[in-house]
This record gives sequence, C-alpha cells and structure tokens, in this order.
Amino acid sequence: MSEPKPPAAPARPSLEVFDLVKHFPIRKGVFGRRAGEVRAVDGESGCGKSTVGRAALKLVEPTSGRIVVAGADVTGLSPRAMWEHRRRIQTVFQDPYSSLNPRLSAGAIVGEPMENYGLSRGRETEERVAALFQRVGLRPEAMRKYPHEFSGGQRQRLGIARALAVRPEIIVADEPVSALDVSVQAQVLNLLIDLQEEYGLAFLFVSHDLAVMRHISHRIAVMYLGRIVELADKRALFRQPLHPYTEALLSAAPIPDPARRRRRVVLQGDVPSPANPPPGCRFHTRCPYAVARCRSEDPPLREVAPGQHVACHLRDVGAPPGPLAAAGA
Amino acid sequence: MAGDAPLLEVRDLACHFFTLDGVVRAVDGVSLALARGETLGIVGESGCGKSVTALSILRLIQKGAGRIVGGSVRFEGRELTTLSDDEIKELRGHRISMIFQEPMTSLNPVLTVGVQIAENVVRHTGAGWREAMDRAVEMLRLVRVPDPERRVHDYPHQLSGGMRQRVMIAIALSCDPQLLIADEPTTALDVTIQAQILELMVELKEKTGTAILMITHDLGVVAETCQRVMVMYAGRKVEEAPVGELFANPLHPYTRGLMRARPRLDEDAEAAGRRPRLQEIPGIVPSLNRPIAGCAFAPRCALATDRCRAERPELEVRPGGHLVACFEAGRDAP
Repeated sequence: MSEPKPPAAPARPSLEVFDLVKHFPIRKGVFGRRAGEVRAVDGESGCGKSTVGRAALKLVEPTSGRIVVAGADVTGLSPRAMWEHRRRIQTVFQDPYSSLNPRLSAGAIVGEPMENYGLSRGRETEERVAALFQRVGLRPEAMRKYPHEFSGGQRQRLGIARALAVRPEIIVADEPVSALDVSVQAQVLNLLIDLQEEYGLAFLFVSHDLAVMRHISHRIAVMYLGRIVELADKRALFRQPLHPYTEALLSAAPIPDPARRRRRVVLQGDVPSPANPPPGCRFHTRCPYAVARCRSEDPPLREVAPGQHVACHLRDVGAPPGPLAAAGA
Repeated sequence: MAGDAPLLEVRDLACHFFTLDGVVRAVDGVSLALARGETLGIVGESGCGKSVTALSILRLIQKGAGRIVGGSVRFEGRELTTLSDDEIKELRGHRISMIFQEPMTSLNPVLTVGVQIAENVVRHTGAGWREAMDRAVEMLRLVRVPDPERRVHDYPHQLSGGMRQRVMIAIALSCDPQLLIADEPTTALDVTIQAQILELMVELKEKTGTAILMITHDLGVVAETCQRVMVMYAGRKVEEAPVGELFANPLHPYTRGLMRARPRLDEDAEAAGRRPRLQEIPGIVPSLNRPIAGCAFAPRCALATDRCRAERPELEVRPGGHLVACFEAGRDAP
C-alpha cells in the first residue's frame, strides 16, 4: 500500500523529460512522472538537478531533448505559447525572499497569477486568496502584509500559496526547505505532503538532503555531473543502492545517533568540473570500484531490476542487487 | 598545573546588541566549560546565540553593534574579556583559532593560500618567511590537500569549496592552537565533502589534541564528532549532556522536538504504508528584543504550565552528567 494516495489520474505521466541536454556545460537526463507522485532529484552542487527543474519549466531553454507536460510536447513552444502550459507546472524556490516581489502585498502576490490566467477576478480573487492563505497556514489578515514582514517559514508558505493559486498539476520544488530551521522544515514538509494528497499534485522535488528525500519522495533520481546515475523507487534505493555514488551519498550523511557509527564510504577527491567532465563514466575518478572499462566507456542508464535504473558497468541486467566488491578485490 | 582546570571556562556570558528595535539579548547568561582535547558541540537554530557565544569568546563582536555586557571568559587561566586589543590579537590564530561556515568569505582573494598560512605563522612564531612557507606546505599536507607544493601557490578562487575549507583548517592549526572554534564548518559543503572534512577534523583532533568547540544546527554532525553537547534556545543554554546520554535520554522538550522534527535517513518511516507526519514544533522562535518572562520555549511547548510562563527555569543537575533547564523535564507530551 505504499502507492501514492491519489493515483486516480491514469498512468499518463504529468511530466516527461526525454534526453534533456542543456549546455552550460552538458547535462542529460530522462524522466517520466505520474500524477500524484513525488519524484525527487538528488545530488550535490553542480550536478544539474536544479537545471532539470528549471528546464522542465522552460525557465532555461534546453539545448536538445524533449519536455512533455501532460502529454503535450512543450519543448519548442514560444514563451507566449508556453504561458498556457505554465499554469499546469508551478514552482517553489529555495529562498522565498528573493522570489517574492517585495513591493507587492502578500495578497497581491498570490492573487496576481489567478487574474493573469483569468481564473477569477476582483472580489472572488480576494476570497480565493483568503481561502488559500488559510489552507497553507497563514492568517487571511496577513494578505495586507509585505514579504519582509513574514518569517522564513511563513514566506515559504506564501511561496507555496502562490504556486497553488493557478491550480497546477505539477510543482517543481527546488530545495524548498533547505533555508529553513529544522523545526520549521517539519512544518513545511508536512504541509507539502498534505497538499499533495489533497490536490493530487505531482512534485519534482529537488534537494541535496537525503533524509528529507527519504521522507517525502516516492521515486528518486540521483544525479552526478549532469547525468542521472540511478533512478529507483525510494524503498529499493535505500534498501540497496545500485550505483556506487548513491551508496557513498547514503553513507556520507551524518546520522543523529552516536550509538550507530556506520561503515562509511568516504569518497576521495572533489567533484570534477561539469565544464570538462571525465571521459567514460563521469564518476570513475572517485569510484572505489572502477575498472578499466569505466574510464573509457560511458555507461547508459538501464533498467537492471523492475523499476530500478542504473548507469553503471558493474551492474548487469537481472543480476542480484548485492554490494559491489572493491576493484582488485 | 593544568590539572583539572578546564581549558576554557565561560561564566554567565551575556552579549547584547543595541538596535533601533531595542536591546537584543543574543546571549543571555551562558556558562560552559571545555577540557583540553575535548569536543563540545553547541547546537540550536538560527538566532539561538550559538555563533554569538563563539564570537564573544574571541571578542569578535563588531564594535558599535553589540558588546559583552556581563560574565567572564577564562582561557588557560586568563580572563579574556578584559584583555587589551593587542593582547587578544596575539591569542587569535595562535592559542585559539576559528573557522567559519563559508571559507571563501574568510580567505583573502588576492593572496595565495600559502601566504595566508605563512603570515599567521610569521606573526605568531617569529619564524622567517621561508620557514613559514615550508610550514604552509606541511600544513596543506596535514589537511590532505593533494599536491601541496603546487597548491601552496594557488589563489582561493582556484580551489573547490572543500579545498578552501581545508585551507582554513590549515591556517587555523598552523600555530598549534589549544582550542579550535568551528562555526558550522561543513554547512556550506556537499554531503560527500562534508564527510571528508568531518573525518579530517576528528583525525586531526586525535593527532594534535586540540580542543574543539563545534557550533552546528545539525544533530548528525554533533553525534559524529562531539563528546559533549549543549543545546541553546533564545540566547540561553537549555540542556547539556555527554553526547551518548543526550541522544539516548533527551530531557528538554525543545531537544526532543528537534530530534523528532527531522526526518531520519536511517529509518524507513513509511513502514506503515504512507508517509507519516513529522512532529512539528509549532510557532517560531521569540524575538529577543524584549525581556522574556518565564521559559522562552513555553509558547511553543506542549508541556508548558502556568509556572513555565511566569518563572524562568534554572539549569538543574540530573544523573549522567546531565543539565537541563525545564520544570517538566523528561515528561512526555500529552
């Protein structure tokens, strides 16, 4: 029964991204999403996770690849034509302060998109904004306040209300709780989960925080230097990560339990520059298991077990997903 | 002579900031003691006073903005709050060092990292530049910067975030300090790099015997690096215990709340089939520009009674080396 709650929508994914390539440097990824699901994108700085989110919104133009929103290919659409689709796909940013217009009242920030899309007008907008404020845990009186008058957590609630204002189907949330204190993080995560179940939203949740990921997502894509290296259901991923990078990420995060010091895979070295990624598998320079083939041949992302995709030469299709042996062992 | 005297002893430290909105009591009567070679964690959320406590020890509070208004800071038997500016400067980077969250803003962008390590050595040990540059290479090797003979000539912008933090640690340890104050040293780093830096700090501490004051918001970092930990809330210490004791038996409702609010990486919380709600701490931290009657946490606390709202709980000693400031300590939420 671990399926997402509102899979009432058909199997048609609400957001699909194919072979996305965005050259600042090169990034490439393949995505499929179902309604009511949280796909989380995980990885470290410079891995391309935010770019995937922004490209899905067409806030950056992809260099190549396709973006499909609810069955409609939006890749080549002009900004004007994209406008219509953008109602379906909204975003919540990491820093709510820099993404809220400081000169608009909170009520106007949330009401404006409703009127832009002709969803309501005047008095009706005001009532809908008030209802939305209440839903995200803000007092309707706060509609008259300006962004600087809110605390960090309240601003993030405001950002969420703005995203919901146009009744989207998909929300791209780029590190939505990273800037918040732990006690406030919990409030916002609970709110996001409640809203998802209530409105049947799909989330593309971008985060570097594995514990948050484990809590909120259904499926997780792990990115490294512009590529998805592993894509799997959350439980499978945490039970047995298949990619050596995923394994290292899981073991690197500090666990708040001193009685539970774990065997740790500490990766040596730094993340190479995405402007000049290593040849072959991009992870081979830091991989404790790398063999000769990894240095020359780029592994494709393959489904090696039902629902588990991995881009690693050391994982054969159908092989039991056990731990890897260190190279030379 | 060092005997039982703590390396660092802070008593009733109060540091206030004078703003247009009134007096902000950022640190309001904090005491702590740190033994030689020990790692003490200070944990808490934004604005709890953990960084101001650390800055006050080194007298780095910006003049005109805030000042130490009470209490004492004794380090190796010397009172630091009354030292002259020259005397405290002699201590900084020498006997007590500090590293910060964002290494890029603490490094000088127009000097090579070698010069920045060497200038500290020259300043405090009277070594010549040549000798100090050799020391810089040695320090870079100690913090495991690869190819240190070449890297010593790099400028900060040529290094990654993790390497910059290694350089900061190299500068901090270059004169064999007795105390290293680390203010969120890994917060700005990626998780795999954070693991490297934490491992390095634990290893260097064992090698050099430097005591560490580790300031962090992350209970995971505390669990992996500290021997003792104190929890701060609204400018005061609310709980302190050896690290194993604190995690096994947290007594303050705020500490318990913090532990439950964070999703766990090592547990499948969804075993029941759906995503459970995280336990929220309702509300937000109080503003510190007004005196707080009673317990500062009471407005957010499920256990709060009339007494909590009227009277401020003092720290009490509990078994297991545990200190807690709460009238309802250890009780479970209704």
